[in-house]
Amino acid sequence: MSKKIGVSTPFWRDNRIIPILFQFVFVSIVVALGWFLISNAIAGLNRLGINFGFHFLRRTASFNISEAMISYEPTDTYARAFLVGILSTIRIAVIGIILTTILGVFVGIARLSNNWLVKKLSGLYIEIFRNTPLLVQILIWYFAVILPLPQVQDSIRIGSFYFNNRGAAIPWFTAHEGTIIWIIIFVIGIVGAILMWKYQLTQQMKAGKRKYPFIWSIGTLFVFILLAFIVTQSGPANISTPELGTFNFSGGLRISPEFAAILIGLVMYTATYIAEIVRAGIQSVSKGQTEASKALGIKNSTMMRLVILPQAVRIIIPPVTSQYLNLTKNSSLAIAVGYQELVSVGGTAMNQSGHSVEIILIMIFVYSTISLTTSLFMNIFNKRSQIVER
Amino acid sequence: MSENLKLVEYTKPIAPPVNSIGALEWLKKNLFNNWFNSVLTIVSAIVLYLVVTNALYWVFIEAQWAVISNNYKLFMVGQYPVSELWRVWVALLFASLLFGMSSGVWKGTMIRIASILTLIYLLHIIVPFTATESKVWLSAQIGVLIFGYFLGSFLPKAKWITLIGWFFVIPVSILLLRGFGIGAFPLVRTNLWNGLLLTILISIVAIVLSMPIGVLLALGRTSKLPAIKYFCISYIELIRGIPLITILFMAQIIVPLFLPPGMAIDNVVRVMIGATLFTSAYMAENVRGGLQSIPKGQYEAAKTIGLNPVQTTTFIILPQALRAIIPTIVGQSISMFKDTTLVAIVGLVDLLGIAQSVKSNPDFLGRHMEVYIFIAFVYWVIAYTMSYSSRRLEKSLGVGER
Repeated sequence: MSKKIGVSTPFWRDNRIIPILFQFVFVSIVVALGWFLISNAIAGLNRLGINFGFHFLRRTASFNISEAMISYEPTDTYARAFLVGILSTIRIAVIGIILTTILGVFVGIARLSNNWLVKKLSGLYIEIFRNTPLLVQILIWYFAVILPLPQVQDSIRIGSFYFNNRGAAIPWFTAHEGTIIWIIIFVIGIVGAILMWKYQLTQQMKAGKRKYPFIWSIGTLFVFILLAFIVTQSGPANISTPELGTFNFSGGLRISPEFAAILIGLVMYTATYIAEIVRAGIQSVSKGQTEASKALGIKNSTMMRLVILPQAVRIIIPPVTSQYLNLTKNSSLAIAVGYQELVSVGGTAMNQSGHSVEIILIMIFVYSTISLTTSLFMNIFNKRSQIVER
Repeated sequence: MSENLKLVEYTKPIAPPVNSIGALEWLKKNLFNNWFNSVLTIVSAIVLYLVVTNALYWVFIEAQWAVISNNYKLFMVGQYPVSELWRVWVALLFASLLFGMSSGVWKGTMIRIASILTLIYLLHIIVPFTATESKVWLSAQIGVLIFGYFLGSFLPKAKWITLIGWFFVIPVSILLLRGFGIGAFPLVRTNLWNGLLLTILISIVAIVLSMPIGVLLALGRTSKLPAIKYFCISYIELIRGIPLITILFMAQIIVPLFLPPGMAIDNVVRVMIGATLFTSAYMAENVRGGLQSIPKGQYEAAKTIGLNPVQTTTFIILPQALRAIIPTIVGQSISMFKDTTLVAIVGLVDLLGIAQSVKSNPDFLGRHMEVYIFIAFVYWVIAYTMSYSSRRLEKSLGVGER
């Protein structure tokens, strides 16, 4: 043995050199390939007479965007057009995520119902909507459901809700001068209610007697709402109902067919995934937990709230996060029905300005930012609900 | 002790009470066990009744299915020249044979898949609008499938022959469809490959090619070498962060810019590359999940018996990891299959693209619902078959059980 120490290992068998050499080769190949592609791209762009750079963002966009959330005119710049597109993407994503969560949790719990018919119906819904492409669903909603609706003059009317081939018009809230005061008092009320709940809960634990913390906190909130009524002498907001004019509706909230199609499509599709995740999450909580809490004499609703759900949430959060991100990314399919969000605006801008590389880079940047922020928030939430390991 | 034994001896099984069996009791137990459930049952029964009657009325009375039957060839293969259609049929024959042989070799789930395929062929023979020539071809498919089954059951080494066949079926089919430009095989340009044919080709190519790339990326991500690790992480996270449509735009608009002058890549191939690069990032994450499920003992044991890292990965870790993630891979394949519809947005004429052009045909104006429901049904049948077989496979492999 001692003889062999003197024999040096050849470098191609040396465990210290090989990895470094390997990485060096890998990096050189990547760099060479990247250099090759980029130099080609620069040459190609030069041939087309396009200078790479983001200066075009300051030029006039000169195309129209129908559903801008901030004021936008065709005379505005490309930069503002992109901002409008990003806001529209965020609008679909936020509203879509809220509605999807509600529908998904509802269907997921229905899947576990002990009612045979409800269980089968929700299963049927999931199998149908999960196994057809989202894009086809969105197109069905748009071309085959919403556009064949009657004209504005013969809208289908359910109460103050109108549905026609230009979308829907529904009653909505409009703010008046007291709204801000209302919101402030209401927020204070919620904080007060939470504090009251915590206080009564600690009292209950100290005294070992029932103190009804839930009723106390609701009562606190109620007092604050009463206060708000007295201070403002009015309700929190006016309700404006849509009214049929000669050509279109005035008042209320109008929803365009494009927005409705993309929203319904996204929600109905993504909710099937959320439902399956919720079902799997609840089922993954071991049966012993249910039996143990039953043995302790905890009633069903309390068991669900304090024993099953906290454990299920831990399993549910990571896949739900990725579904939220999928929904956000899938909102780019709005381009197929002409709702102008980021990708759609980008596509138009690409055709007009020819700065396709820069625009794709903007898209990548925006979507990555959204993904990373969402994952960051969900990770924080996830950490808090995670098991504390020994 | 002895008393207990006596008790056991004397206890006789008692018949279940009469009222716990029968349809009425089942109804009471499953649908009307308390007032809330009763309300739920009645409401959902009404909803179900309305949906089903309206749907049936639409399907059998209101809908005009001529738009589908008159354009059936378009939906399936698009503008693929009629004189060369036999090539599609032959490629399908090859696939049918392999499905038959696989069902002979592996039985179980594969038999079910083959039966579904046979059922689809039969359905196409029965419907009146299929041309006689196609009926002959379809009967041949069924014949070959059954022949394959017996071949798979009785041929020695059938397993290996089938596996080799599956390995070659895609490249051979693509070559056959494309042709060589000589004699009986004139070149058929890819812009004529449309409809379901294109949908299936794109999804199969993307799924099959993304698997090795995904495995490499996953191994790279778990590797200890920083340069490779960070390259793989940034690739995976970047691709997973952006929508597929952006990548397809890139493939269509930017890739031509990045190529040296004079070099051009076919439209369809570019989209296939884009879809592959997209799926491989997701595949990599699935594989990583499988790699993480392998206990550390496996690595240590492999090291103990003197395997080097490459051998450990190929012979010990990957086989176990890949087996554990078969259901996830099928799920990924289903979502890739559904996502192929996006190529219609960048101008390729897949099944959805054909649907768009058929419904703008002036003879069939306003037949949106029929066209879309039909293609949705086609997608549904394929996706559902995949998810169904994945569930069965999961059960037979016992992967889901712990």
